[in-house]
Formats: sequence, structure tokens, C-alpha cells
Amino acid sequence: MSNEKYLKKSEPVRVKDLSFFQRTYVTEILKGMFAACKQIFKPRFTIQYPEEKVVHASSFRGRPVLVEENGVERCVACGLCSRVCPALAIDVQSASTELAKERYPEKFEINMTRCIFCGFCEEVCPEEAIIMSNEYELAFSSQEESIFGKDKLLKSVEEMKPRLDFLRDHR
Amino acid sequence: MPNVKITLDGTQYEIDSKKTILEAAKENKISIPHFCWHGKLSPSGNCRICLVEVEKMPKLTIACMTQVTDGMVVNTKNERVINAREAVMEFILINHPLDCPICDEAGECKLQDYAYKYSKGFSRFVENKVHKEKRVDIGPRVMFDAERCISCSRCIRFCDEVAGVHQLQFVNRGDRVTIETFPGQSLDNPYSMNVVDICPVGALTNKDFRFKSRVWEMSFTDSVCNGCARGCNIEVGVRNNEILRLNPRTNDDVNSAWMCDHGRLETWKNVNAEDRIKSPKIRKDGQLIEVGWDEAIAKVASEFKSFNKNEIAVLGSAFATNEDNYIFAKFAKEVLGTRNIDFRRHNEGVDDTVLIRADKTPNSSGAEAVGIVPQENGMNFDQIISAIKAGKIKALYCLEDDIASIPGVGEALSNLEFFAVHATNHNKTTQYAHVVLAASTYVEKNGTMTNFQHRVQRIRPAVTTLEQDRALDNFEMSRWDTFAAHNDKWGKGPRRDSRPSWKIVVSIAGVMGTKYKFNNADDVFNEICHKIDSFKGLSYLKVGKKGASLKQSTVTV
Ligand code: SF4
Ligand code: SF4
Ligand code: SF4
Ligand code: SF4
Ligand code: FES
Repeated sequence: MSNEKYLKKSEPVRVKDLSFFQRTYVTEILKGMFAACKQIFKPRFTIQYPEEKVVHASSFRGRPVLVEENGVERCVACGLCSRVCPALAIDVQSASTELAKERYPEKFEINMTRCIFCGFCEEVCPEEAIIMSNEYELAFSSQEESIFGKDKLLKSVEEMKPRLDFLRDHR
Repeated sequence: MPNVKITLDGTQYEIDSKKTILEAAKENKISIPHFCWHGKLSPSGNCRICLVEVEKMPKLTIACMTQVTDGMVVNTKNERVINAREAVMEFILINHPLDCPICDEAGECKLQDYAYKYSKGFSRFVENKVHKEKRVDIGPRVMFDAERCISCSRCIRFCDEVAGVHQLQFVNRGDRVTIETFPGQSLDNPYSMNVVDICPVGALTNKDFRFKSRVWEMSFTDSVCNGCARGCNIEVGVRNNEILRLNPRTNDDVNSAWMCDHGRLETWKNVNAEDRIKSPKIRKDGQLIEVGWDEAIAKVASEFKSFNKNEIAVLGSAFATNEDNYIFAKFAKEVLGTRNIDFRRHNEGVDDTVLIRADKTPNSSGAEAVGIVPQENGMNFDQIISAIKAGKIKALYCLEDDIASIPGVGEALSNLEFFAVHATNHNKTTQYAHVVLAASTYVEKNGTMTNFQHRVQRIRPAVTTLEQDRALDNFEMSRWDTFAAHNDKWGKGPRRDSRPSWKIVVSIAGVMGTKYKFNNADDVFNEICHKIDSFKGLSYLKVGKKGASLKQSTVTV
């Protein structure tokens, strides 16, 4: 390619007007070392993950979970979360129950490789039955493993209290 | 019929003077909300949501009961009307439980829809709602939720006027009003489930479908019921490739807006049943063994070749489509060369005055029309069976029907040297078969059925078999079907290696040396329309969604 004729040599950007002393960089090195050494005396904020873990504020949107109250899920399998989910992650199969709520999810599955943690499901749920938890550890070794059934989704009201309180106060 | 001129929302229309304002508006695509009015029932005028303003009338009036008169000026959308509608909605919602999340009607509920369109979304009612019984066993197939009822009386009028049995009635008054059956009675008429469709709310629900699926997760395919010779127009509701419910489709020439409970519940359960034949089978050492299509077809072809044509008989089926029967008859005459062609009639019971027909098959007149009739000097059904008993007929080929359920026929069949049958499910007949060809059910194939009025109606596939693809083969698609990826569990569901009968017959003919050029059911129907006089001029396009009548001349074959 002979496009050299279009290339013009640019002017040097750096002005070469440093004195000899400046060009030894002694002061600059000392300044840098001082800045680094200052940190030694400050408290550390690195977290030794996975030995240590971050506990997020209740406003954090981790993986969605189902709220369990008095031994049963609050969910009535209305399918609204499944309808609103932009990633089509939720699959609910409803069935009838003798309980007062008439209807319950026989199957409730969230495909965690589809979920985008948007929280729409939580927002739309008429029963406050699906809420965002503060769990963020989601690594799988197979696609099947990424589909969470009721066994992995159900969390007791007590355990989910911080999020439920947050929702009550801020929604 | 004298016409009158009326003005609806500023536009003049000419309307038949017998019509009401609501009908006039409907005709001209102006929607007036209505709960209690139903096109197929007498008007009752009790819900008041259809209030409109008629100029020179002091008060608003109900559109569903006010007949049009000449020079009438009607406003359906002005402020006064809108306010009245909002008030009616607020009133109806006072005691409504608003339990849409657990209500099966959600998604197809008039009250829900109107709450969006015609309501303020606000209630001044702070007192406690009146609670009534939920889960009332009002009939064997219908569940009643008293709280949700808006007392429109549609269900009562349906029983009185259509089903012809007085089974439901209002009891109590004011906010205690509810519907009940007479003591000791239940809502058990053969058409009872239509009240589920016409109930504008979720007060009456289908016990069989209850909580199975949200309606917005399903696809609906227009088809025709195969429960009897009426051929009620239906919609097949499918999710994850499984049928969950059938609903009637309105067709004034056939079934009005109704269907019977038998058709609604019993005509599709076999599709997913345990005894479904999922692939072709050949009898080896007394057992039916699953084999591939090529093997089964080759076996049938080679067996038939080894018989003299007078030793062969064939039986078409009134459960199979016109296309299946046509190809079957063509094959019998041209390839097998037999004259012994007939099918089993199923006249069981009596015709009632509503829909149900004594003939329990969807296509007996079609089977006859396309050539499933004994040929000159050929044997009819009874003669064929006797000839099998006598050992004169040695090979039998039978389309989808359980002929062995007739007493005595089973023993006859065990005399046969070769017996091939198309079947969807295991039954008495398949016990005697040497080859069972897995036939697609009426919800898995394209085709037409001819009802007792000689009306040709389309069936469309709603459930995919192994050889079909929902997207590529133009099926109705639900949201799940559209978006399911290869690794999603939903949007899938069981599929079987079955084929439409006409296609199986074409393959057998091919192996026997006669190549028929039919790629799909349309091709077969086009040939029927060319070759058979009564079908002349028809096409799938003409048959459309509501069917077309056969020409009523003498049918020549
Ligand atoms: S958080 Fe969003 S993407 Fe995840 S399941 Fe809920 S609605 Fe779907
Ligand atoms: S929206 Fe709530 S109640 Fe409805 S199915 Fe989802 S989790 Fe269950
Ligand atoms: S049950 Fe349904 S159809 Fe019958 S009166 Fe009540 S709302 Fe109307
Ligand atoms: S009347 Fe016949 S065709 Fe109609 S729904 Fe009933 S069984 Fe089906
Ligand atoms: S539709 Fe007119 S009063 Fe109900």
C-alpha cells in the first residue's frame, strides 16, 4: 500500500525543555513512593472473596426467590411474573389446593441463565411472593443446574425480612 | 324489512327497524359495552353497562333493549354516557372480590377488560365486601364462585333457552343475590359447559381446565369437533404441545355459539393418553413391536402383493378426513384393485333438538361422498365380515376405526392372514392387527370433514407430530412457542411419530409401484374438487373458517 504520500510527519508533542535535574526524576519518584506508603497505614478494604463475602444492602437485586410463609409458598401461581419477565425465565404450573388461596404452583422454575435481575417479577407480584434476594453467587456446571425449582427458590419470611421491609418502605 | 335512519355518534346509518341500538352499533363497528346481552340469548337488560344517550329522551337508556326508530340520534361516547358507565362499573365492582390472580377467567374476562376501558380505576367503597361461597359444586363439570358473579343472568337464560332445561335460578335479593340449582339438582345438562364461555366473569369455571393454564400462554387453532356428525366449530387451546381445552367458535349455520360437553371433554383426551400409538408397529411373535416407517410400509406393500385382489377388502373410516378416505378409496381401486370398500357406521343414540347427532362420527357423509362405498358387485361392511369368517377375504386394510368393538367382529378378524390398520390409540382392533400404522389424530393434521348437513369444514393441526414444526408448518404460536430456545423446557411437550392417513397410504402405493404426487392435504383436496362432482368449485380457501356446502346433486363416484 503506497499511501505514504498522504502521511505527514506530526510535530513532536512533548516539549523538550526539561532541565538535567528534572530529567533524573528523583523528586517524582519520591513523591510517588510517599503516596504509596501513605496507604500502608490506612484500613484495608479488599475483601478476601470467597472466604469473606459482601453482604449487600436490602435494596440490592440479587437472584429472585419465593417467599415461604407458614410452611407454604405465598405464590398463587397467577403467572403474572412469568408474563412480565422480559427474559422469559419463569415457568409456573398452577394446580388447585384445599387451602383458602385455592391455587398454588405445582411447579415453579426460574431459568437463572435467562434471568437478568431486573426485578419486574417482584414488582408485578400481587402476593409479594417473589422477591429479589441478596444472593449473587450463580455459577453452574450445566444448563440443567441453572434451572431453579421450588427447592432452591423457597426462602422463609424471616430470612427475607430485610427485603420485605425495604419493599414496604420504598415501594 | 323497513329500514330506518339513525345517527350514531354523528354518523348516519340505515338500520333494519327490528334491531336494537346495540345491534346497530355492533354492525357498524361501534362498540358499546355489555355484560348481560348476548347475541344468541334473549335480552334481559339488567347490568346497565350499555347505557347510551338518545337525544330527546330525558334519561340515559340501555342500548341492548331499545329498538332503533327513525331519526333517532344516539351518543355512545359523550361525557354523560362515560360518567354513567364509570358509575355502573364502580357499582358492579363494589362486592367483586378482585381475585384475578387466582381466577381462571383473567385474560379473557369482560369485567377485567371493561375495568381498563370504562372505569376510573378507583372505588369510594371503604366498607367490607360481602363474602359469598367460593368453590360451589354447581354441576359435575362446572364450578361456581358466588363472589365473582355479577348477576347478569346469562347462564340462567342459556339453560332455559338453549339447553331447554330450567336448572339455574337467582335466589335472595340485593347484595345477597346468587344463583342456585333447585335442591337436589345440579347443572348437569349435556350443554352445561357453555355457561362457562358465556359467563362474562370467572364465576363459572370449567372443572376440567381449572388452573391448568393462563389463557395468554396458549395458542388457539380453529378446527372442528369430531364428537359427532354436527361438526361444531371449535378452537383448540394448546400449551407446550398439549391440548388443554376446546371452546366453541360461532358458526350460525352449524352450531350457533355452542358445543356439547361430550365434544368439549372427550374428543381429545386420546391424543396424550397412555395407550397412544407413538410410532408404527409390526407384530412379531405375537407382540406388536415398534418399527420405523420404511419397514412398516414395506411390510404392508409386500403383504398386499401376495394376495389375489378378490381376497382383499378395505374399510375406510368416518373418523378420518375426506382427504384420508379419498386417497384410501383411490388406492383400494387403483392399486389393490378391490371392489370390497365400505366403512363402519356409528349410529348410536338419537339426534337431540340442540346439536347432538345420533351419528357419532364427524365424517360419514364425507366418506361416502369421496368414494368409500361398495363398488359394483363389491361387498358391504357386513358382507365383508361374513366373508372374512368364511375365509373368502384373507387380507383387510382398515382406516382409523375400532371395528372389533362390534361383538363378533373380533373373532372374524383373527381369521385373517393379513390385517393392517391405521390407529391413533390401542383398541380392540389393534389386538388383531399384523401391522399398526400410527395415524395422526384430528388435531395433528390438515384436512376437511363433511358434516350431516353436507357441509365441508376444515380441521387444522394444533399439536405437532415428529414430522411437523410449529413455526415452519404455519401452526398457531403461543408466546412460549415463539421464544422457546432449544434448551428451554417449555414450548415443547410430547410429540409422536404419527402421520396423516392419506400420507401413509400414498407411501404404501409408492412402494407398490404407483407414484401419487401429493405433497400435502391441499393437493389431495384439489384433486377431490376436480374428480368429484359434489366438491366441484371448492378449495381450502373457499371452505375457509366456516365451511362450505357440497352441491346436493346425486353423488357420482
Ligand atoms: S428478575 Fe427479571 S428477568 Fe429475572 S426472573 Fe424476575 S422478571 Fe425475569
Ligand atoms: S406473580 Fe407472584 S403470585 Fe403470581 S405466579 Fe408469580 S410469584 Fe406467584
Ligand atoms: S354466574 Fe356468570 S353468567 Fe351466571 S349470572 Fe353470574 S356472572 Fe352471569
Ligand atoms: S354436538 Fe357433536 S360436534 Fe358438537 S360438540 Fe358435541 S360432540 Fe362435538
Ligand atoms: S347489556 Fe344492556 S343492560 Fe346489560
